[in-house]
Amino acid sequence: MGDANKMKLPDLDVVLKQMVLNLKEYLQDKSIDDPAMVGIHTGGVWLAEKLHSQLTLGDPLGELDITFYRDDFTRTGLHPSVKPSELPFSVEDRHIILVDDVIMSGRTIRAALNELFDYGRPASVTLVALFDLNARELPIGADIVGQALALKEGERVKLTGPNPLAVELIHYSLS
Amino acid sequence: MQNTSLQLNQLGQLKHFLDVEGLSKELLTEILDTADSFISVGKQQVKKVPLLRGTTVVNLFFEASTRTRTTFELAAKRLSADVINMNISTSATSKGESLMDMLRNLEAMDADMFVVRHENSGAPHFIAEYVTPNVAVVNAGDGRHAHPTQAMLDMATIRRHKGDFENLSVAIVGDIMHSRVARSQIHALKILGAKEIRLISPETLLPPFIENLGATVYHDMRDGVADVDVVIMLRLQKERMQSALLPSEQEFFNLYGLTETKLKLAKSDAIIMHPGPINRGVEIQSEVADCDRSVILNQVNYGIAVRMAIMSMAMAGQNQSSLSSISDKGGEK
Repeated sequence: MGDANKMKLPDLDVVLKQMVLNLKEYLQDKSIDDPAMVGIHTGGVWLAEKLHSQLTLGDPLGELDITFYRDDFTRTGLHPSVKPSELPFSVEDRHIILVDDVIMSGRTIRAALNELFDYGRPASVTLVALFDLNARELPIGADIVGQALALKEGERVKLTGPNPLAVELIHYSLS
Repeated sequence: MQNTSLQLNQLGQLKHFLDVEGLSKELLTEILDTADSFISVGKQQVKKVPLLRGTTVVNLFFEASTRTRTTFELAAKRLSADVINMNISTSATSKGESLMDMLRNLEAMDADMFVVRHENSGAPHFIAEYVTPNVAVVNAGDGRHAHPTQAMLDMATIRRHKGDFENLSVAIVGDIMHSRVARSQIHALKILGAKEIRLISPETLLPPFIENLGATVYHDMRDGVADVDVVIMLRLQKERMQSALLPSEQEFFNLYGLTETKLKLAKSDAIIMHPGPINRGVEIQSEVADCDRSVILNQVNYGIAVRMAIMSMAMAGQNQSSLSSISDKGGEK
């Protein structure tokens, strides 16, 4: 948001450390104990692995591939590298921490929530995103955001990983 | 048959699924990978994904079938499509309506996909050729020609239980001549690179020149199953008994039925498969069908996921080809 001219990409270690603190505080405020974490393929899972290892959660990390729940199937078809969703715990009545790398339009999160509810009825869902690109098309917001980014037209961020986890700024040409 | 161009759109994606013959290893692998992801849907509390919401699938069965029709219906419903089952033997064609006229009527109801089973080889291809654009056709078994979704669910079963095809010897046992399943399995195994395909059958139940497909023929089952990783038993249709092709059920069982004794000759971890319905005591001993190496019921389970994969890929391929014909007006995103 702040930097006017050339955008500097943040130091991930610093951002992640702050996210863990914010998330812990958030869970405490809401008196949520024993939450389960779910990452959205692919970047969200990488990020969730980092957060999961620092939160000492009881259950292993769950993974969602939202391909089958996307709203643009008729336009873009099936993604060729669909991965199976795997939730190694019951969603029913659990407090879920949903993790994705980037929140932009909100459509991915809409699809992920739909899929999550097909596994059961969670007690609550907390949304965590590394970057918020402030380009919402749906009334969905993240509870914990690593950093808001103001991208110019023709710019995108891409997370690479899982080890090391890194961000890069991609310029693509329109038309 | 000239299937490849009929089955694929200009981007090389599946738009009809009529036959495995002529398809690439990459495409078959993509079907298997996609099917793997659909298996988890059956474990959800709500066993449904919204992928084909709002599309209409018509099951056109010109030949009786319970299992195949049911799994296609279940697959379509798990994709959130609406399904109509047409039992044609009791319907219009018996009143004298031509196949073409019936097709036009179903198209007028805005169907998006036909799943076709027909006693004549090539019927699904005929329908795919003359159906209006944007309607996908899936072959659910045609005559003695092909049963490609069964072959793909068999490949999914083999891959999940035995891993890479390159190291596998697979034996197909029984009535090869009348089996569209066997023919599709041979093509699929060949394309996926199986090490060895063996066909075990009496001369009378073997089509001429079948070796040309790349399989080895055995008449003695003991030689045929020696050291194989997979034994696929075929159903012996009772009506074959009335023809002069076989002496008796008992003799067939003695020579070609899978018994515990014959199974001992295969690898100790070999799996046993059967497309169903099984005739206990004709092609397979009851104890063998129920033993822990039998994956016959797993086949049924994977069959739903494989059909979900094929239906959604064909639907996507249809959408993509209709999009690209009106495209170049600016890309998405």
